[in-house]
Amino acid sequence: MSSYLIKGARPLGGDPTNILIEDGVLTAVGTSVSGGAQVIDADGLIALPGLVDLHTHLREPGREDAETVETGTRAAAKGGWTAVHAMANTDPVADTAGVVEQVWRLGRQYGWVDVRPVGAVTIGLKGERLAELGAMADSAAGVRVFSDDGHCVWDPTLMRRALEYVKAFDGVVAQHAQEPRLTEGAQMHEGVVSAELGLTGWPAVAEEAIIARDVLLAGHVGSRLHVCHVSTAGSVEILRWAKGRGIDVTAEVTPHHLLLTDELVRSYDPVFKVNPPLRTAADVQAVREALADGTIDIVATDHAPHPVEAKDCEWGVAAMGMTGLETALPIVQEAMVDTGLLTWAQVADRMSVAPARIGRVGSQGRPIAAGEPAHLTLVDPAARWECDPAAHTTMGRNSPVRGRTMHGSVVATIYAGRATVLDGKLNEALLEVPL
Amino acid sequence: MRHLLSTADLSRDEAISILDVAGQMAATQRREIKKLPTLRGRTVVNLFYEDSTRTRISFEAAAKRLSADVINFSAKGSSVSKGESLKDTALTLKAMGADAVVVRHPISGAPHRLANAGWIDGTVVNAGDGTHEHPTQALLDAYTLRSRLEQDAPGADLKGRRVAIVGDVLHSRVARSNVRLLTTLGAEVVLVAPPTLLPVGIGDWPCSTSYDLDDVVGGGHGDLDAVMMLRVQRERMNAAFFPSAREYSRRYGLDARRMAKLPEHALVMHPGPMNRGLEITAEAADSPRSTIVEQVANGVAVRMAVLYLLLSGQSEGEGA
Repeated sequence: MSSYLIKGARPLGGDPTNILIEDGVLTAVGTSVSGGAQVIDADGLIALPGLVDLHTHLREPGREDAETVETGTRAAAKGGWTAVHAMANTDPVADTAGVVEQVWRLGRQYGWVDVRPVGAVTIGLKGERLAELGAMADSAAGVRVFSDDGHCVWDPTLMRRALEYVKAFDGVVAQHAQEPRLTEGAQMHEGVVSAELGLTGWPAVAEEAIIARDVLLAGHVGSRLHVCHVSTAGSVEILRWAKGRGIDVTAEVTPHHLLLTDELVRSYDPVFKVNPPLRTAADVQAVREALADGTIDIVATDHAPHPVEAKDCEWGVAAMGMTGLETALPIVQEAMVDTGLLTWAQVADRMSVAPARIGRVGSQGRPIAAGEPAHLTLVDPAARWECDPAAHTTMGRNSPVRGRTMHGSVVATIYAGRATVLDGKLNEALLEVPL
Repeated sequence: MRHLLSTADLSRDEAISILDVAGQMAATQRREIKKLPTLRGRTVVNLFYEDSTRTRISFEAAAKRLSADVINFSAKGSSVSKGESLKDTALTLKAMGADAVVVRHPISGAPHRLANAGWIDGTVVNAGDGTHEHPTQALLDAYTLRSRLEQDAPGADLKGRRVAIVGDVLHSRVARSNVRLLTTLGAEVVLVAPPTLLPVGIGDWPCSTSYDLDDVVGGGHGDLDAVMMLRVQRERMNAAFFPSAREYSRRYGLDARRMAKLPEHALVMHPGPMNRGLEITAEAADSPRSTIVEQVANGVAVRMAVLYLLLSGQSEGEGA
């Protein structure tokens, strides 16, 4: 098993110290710690607990032309992640123990990050009948997060039952909040820009109405609810109200909703087409403030790679979605840290501790302290680099921050005591080292 | 000006120069020999992804009267159902040496994409995209207004004129193009529609809105110089935009009674094709103040002007 001595890193942005990693465990943390292990010079680098993504599309099985578990998890490691939750909208849908175990095993086989499959709430994501949630929970994959992401669990009775049912195994329903009738044919945020561009609007109320309903349902049955990709100021207000009432709701925001607005759609470039859509500058400000004050608990990527042809076309027929694994942390630094809204300790909470807690990933999101499992991300906040999708590790080239200057870079990622990334590069030698 | 994608891209001077050239083109069309040698050797492709007899024929006539070679490329439905992507079609046209592509497409922004994605070298003319824009329609409407109201005086704009645009603004590319162009030319625009057929976000448009056609034709927003009726699809009532065709006609149709409330000189316009009996009655459509047939004739002159300015301007620019 590998061992490393990280020298001079600043845990959660604090004072520089040394961290010794042996046999998958942080064995010692302190300025005087030394050892004969491989040294990682971390002068000026921030040490964070390994990042945990609650919302990733790995596309396998079924859409290996867009991404595979292998390419997606390599991209994840590159972006500083040590765990990803693989969404259920694969082909076949991850609505049985068999499919979630397949995805989980592929994750174990490649060993770049901990792959936590998300189970579908309903069979085939059709919103008609509950999938066998218990079987997925009891499988080797140990599913705790259930979502029909891409589709809203629209039927209120079905949503109520799902919320109730997953309590038996401490699960959570992660809702894709989109009222389907209000968003038929929707192409972009409904507002000033959609009116000008003549594109069918996706009104904020279609998200907010479902969140309002679901927090009331969760409160009524005493269940845990998670809201995927919150994008509007109105949603933030509802979440704030619900949390004030003691309802057990958590929420995520994507990096792109923290940074980009619907003004970009004026280019008609489908790289900016995403669901939920990019919103207004006022919404961006609201979700930033909500992430800062904890109303929104976490950042999740909604990494959605697509083959080139799905975006190299007219807006109206283009696929929705953006890549995110390799640019999430720089976007969070730009939007939240460099603006003074979050400290690095809070970034650790929003991108590791809280998502691990919501997804019940017990071994991750832990303190950087002796005796803890060794999942770490080392970030150079001073680095500046230009985003070039062609250079990305994901198969997806659909990055909405293409050509932008990125703030900060991931220098090293340590997953289960093994460096998956060193000097900003994937550690290919890792393949030789069994997990 | 390399492409014509949106009337929002036109400055006042550019718009007036198109109208002025259209006036000259219209004059040539009154001659015995209508054909000009201006675009000899140039190739104009009409790329139509939607059925549109009048716009396609109008562009075809315009290009041919400028002696351009015209290729008509009709593709039913969207590129996806057809099986070839817009990109591949564009690359084909590029390889065939198209100097200009006139594109009609059911998806908003498709011409913009064609012009800016690097798939094609030539000029792109938007002949109507989804519910976005139809700039040559707005130009021919402005030309018609100017020729009737300002005697087509070269250099004239539409300052102080007031135009009501009535009907399905939400789904209308004609309305979007006209609001931008007419206001650029100094006119005031009032949009009249049931609230369901006005887009959310319209508050930022440089015009006023009303839900009451009787009030607007009666001078509630000031005396009108023209009323432009938009085509309304009957199927819209199935999506609850309005309860029935009859109720729509009663509240938003232009009939003889409403026409009588307009000032004497005010024009009645319609981009066609009309739904007689829905948004406009026969009395209104066929009245002397109707410019509907004239708009069609003006369409050819305006499109000649657009093709001339885009294509000949380009070669002059290259030579200089």
